[in-house]
Amino acid sequence: MSKPSSFAGDLSGLPTHAFGARSLTWWGVIAYMLIEGTAFALAGASYLFLMSQEQNWPPARLPDLLAGTLFTVVILLSELPNIILKKAAEKEDLAQVRRWLIILDLIGLLLLVIRGFEFQMINVRWNDNAYGSIAWALLLLHTVHILTDWVDSAVLTALMFTPHGKGRRFVDVSEDCLYWRFVWLTWLPIYLLLYWAPRVA
Amino acid sequence: MTRPEDLPRDGPALQGEELHRRLSVTWGRAPGLWGWLTTVDHKEVARRYLITALAFFSFGGVLALMMRVQLATPESGLIDPDRYNQIFSMHGTTMMFLFAVPVMEAMAIYLVPLMVGTRAIAFPRLNAFSYWLYLAGGVMIWIAFILNVGPEAGWFTYVPLAGPEYSPGKRTDFWAQMVTFTEVAALAVAVELVATIVKQRAPGMSLDRMPLFVWSILVTALMVIFSMPAVALASGMLISDRLVATHFFNAAEGGSALLWQHLFWFFGHPEVYIIFLPGLGFVSQITETFCRRRVFAYPAMVAALLLTGLLAFGLWVHHMFATGLPRLGYAFYTAASMAIALPSGVQIFCWIATMWESRPRLEVPMLYVIGFIVTFVIGGITGVMVASVPLDLELHDTYFVVAHFHYTLIGGAVFPLLGALTYWFPKMTGRMMGKRMGLTGFALVFLGFHLTFMPMHFVGMMGMPRRVYTYPASMGWEGLNRLSTVGAFVLAIGLLVFAGNLALSLRRGRLAGPNPWNAASLEWAPASPPPPYNFAHIPVVGGHTPLWDDHGRLTYMSGLRVDDRELLLTTAIDATPDLREPSPTPTIWPLLAALATTGLFIWSIFDPWAVVWGSIPVAITLTLWFWPKSREPATEPVIE
Repeated sequence: MSKPSSFAGDLSGLPTHAFGARSLTWWGVIAYMLIEGTAFALAGASYLFLMSQEQNWPPARLPDLLAGTLFTVVILLSELPNIILKKAAEKEDLAQVRRWLIILDLIGLLLLVIRGFEFQMINVRWNDNAYGSIAWALLLLHTVHILTDWVDSAVLTALMFTPHGKGRRFVDVSEDCLYWRFVWLTWLPIYLLLYWAPRVA
Repeated sequence: MTRPEDLPRDGPALQGEELHRRLSVTWGRAPGLWGWLTTVDHKEVARRYLITALAFFSFGGVLALMMRVQLATPESGLIDPDRYNQIFSMHGTTMMFLFAVPVMEAMAIYLVPLMVGTRAIAFPRLNAFSYWLYLAGGVMIWIAFILNVGPEAGWFTYVPLAGPEYSPGKRTDFWAQMVTFTEVAALAVAVELVATIVKQRAPGMSLDRMPLFVWSILVTALMVIFSMPAVALASGMLISDRLVATHFFNAAEGGSALLWQHLFWFFGHPEVYIIFLPGLGFVSQITETFCRRRVFAYPAMVAALLLTGLLAFGLWVHHMFATGLPRLGYAFYTAASMAIALPSGVQIFCWIATMWESRPRLEVPMLYVIGFIVTFVIGGITGVMVASVPLDLELHDTYFVVAHFHYTLIGGAVFPLLGALTYWFPKMTGRMMGKRMGLTGFALVFLGFHLTFMPMHFVGMMGMPRRVYTYPASMGWEGLNRLSTVGAFVLAIGLLVFAGNLALSLRRGRLAGPNPWNAASLEWAPASPPPPYNFAHIPVVGGHTPLWDDHGRLTYMSGLRVDDRELLLTTAIDATPDLREPSPTPTIWPLLAALATTGLFIWSIFDPWAVVWGSIPVAITLTLWFWPKSREPATEPVIE
């Protein structure tokens, strides 16, 4: 403490927030995506493992395609507004960010409604047999992601309508868009497993 | 509006006592209970983790002694079989989930931010949250155990023994939710550590200059991220089989008991390395300091850590040799299990080479390192033995296996941990641990350990199965079992001496100063114990051993804000300065969110609808946690 320190440089000119891999939030989001991605992969592997043990798959009626396919189309299309929102956030364009956040919140709500029908249309209950259990597990696991992301986006939307909606909050919006990409990307293999693996097997 | 150049920042004009005073206000916490409950200081949270984990270690140890007393004589009626089942299940569960992983996290949470030269851990509120959850999970399972609803199907809880048919009641449900608690906590810590290591290293600390302990923690954290989802998924399936009649593991309805084993060991085997890799990190740091030279072949050491982490995911099936596998499966997993001995061997030889070329100071931490090498090599060799399928089929579920994994886990992780506690105790408390008690403790622990576990190899080869609450006198196992029991008490006395030394040194130990061992890494630069802000100025790193280079004179970067919690973020590979980001302040919300989560987890043991209704308070507390409350940190106009 007594000796004066020698300095090699000054940090005061550095920016206080940035997007993507430069921010701490991005690394946190990526790490959680790895965790949840691993859980999805292992749940998918469990499905295949149980399938490999059975002579007849599925040991129940085939799942109806309508709700699941509709869900897939809507969630794929949601990437378009998601791209617009992410770009707006990175340009720190508050008006656009507010508008597209609301639109994505509404899409999330629509997806949750379709998901409700999906649970009806897979034609098996969780307690019928192991096939029903793993099918419900995959669907539930993904629904939890839709739901948590929806709550998260709703909170962010509210936040962007307060005076806090500036600076680092745009980074949060951008990372939320990244996470949404993860949510729909993980859906694609689950869709194939749930609806097409029984048809091919 | 304040102009950026008017904000107080550290630098030539603001240093010494005045800077210390102002940073202490910014980074300190409120006094009293409120401050204690709301703190987000990584050192305080780490201390709690450490004390809690050591408490669970002693509880688990008491259970071990109870088992040893029971087994000292044949046909002992001291403990009935039902209680014995709970005791060995709780021993394993406590040691693996409540001691070994959390204690290594505790050390990492304390040391990593200091070692990489930053002021705080990444996501400090998540860190506080993780501690409260871990505490709640541990307390819950121990209360359940005391109330006679402790787990009863072993620490790996095989189905169908743990399924609804053979484990009625709530015992296994408590176990499954204990897993949920500890996994959520461990995953949160892993995320914080990865982010801290990747983004918060001091300028100049490129990846190839990172201390080996930090490397070991980076690999460990990545292993946590990829392995722990497996056990969380498996325990979720188990509890839903038990509570809502799913059939994941019910063979009659197309389920499979082997699915449990695959999922459990996909976590369970990496778990062993999650416990053991931080131990290797301790050994490298201690060896470097007491040999006073860099660890031999740094790139080989890093490669060995990475390879161990990778291979650890390729050998979970060797726990399942007795279940029957295709031939190719046997060959592959035998080869993988033997291959993992190679990177461990490389590291052992590198440490020996480091010692060979120097004159090691035989202080207590260094003795634990030598004890580690001897013990771990024996455990490694028996590991290669049971990698061979015919031998494994013979020895599976015998005391030979019990001996093997205690050699690797106590030898590979607890010995380095005791060395590490002695080594970093002065940094954490400002005082040295007593040397004479340290030596006595080491001698008793080392002797007691081998006396306990060496005979188990032989009693195992004589056919004694693990997890039996007693054995008939005619088996001829009595003498060796009695020896193990004597050894267990010697080991326990050694650990008590160690604990006594900790307690006494806390008050009476010699004052340490910042760098009592004359070590090379950054955690020894600030005062002991470090102030809440860790570093008054951010240090610049120009080599592997910053405190040895340039006669221990560090250079610094100036310019972080003093009136607000600000961190320096650097680039992931080269650690060049990139951003100044604010670091979150203390708040009560992580504790409240942890309480809400605890409510949800425990409620769900009794009612599946808890998952729906219990998540509402969790969502509310999390939202309030993230919602910005005070003035915006950017009183600074955005100039970029």
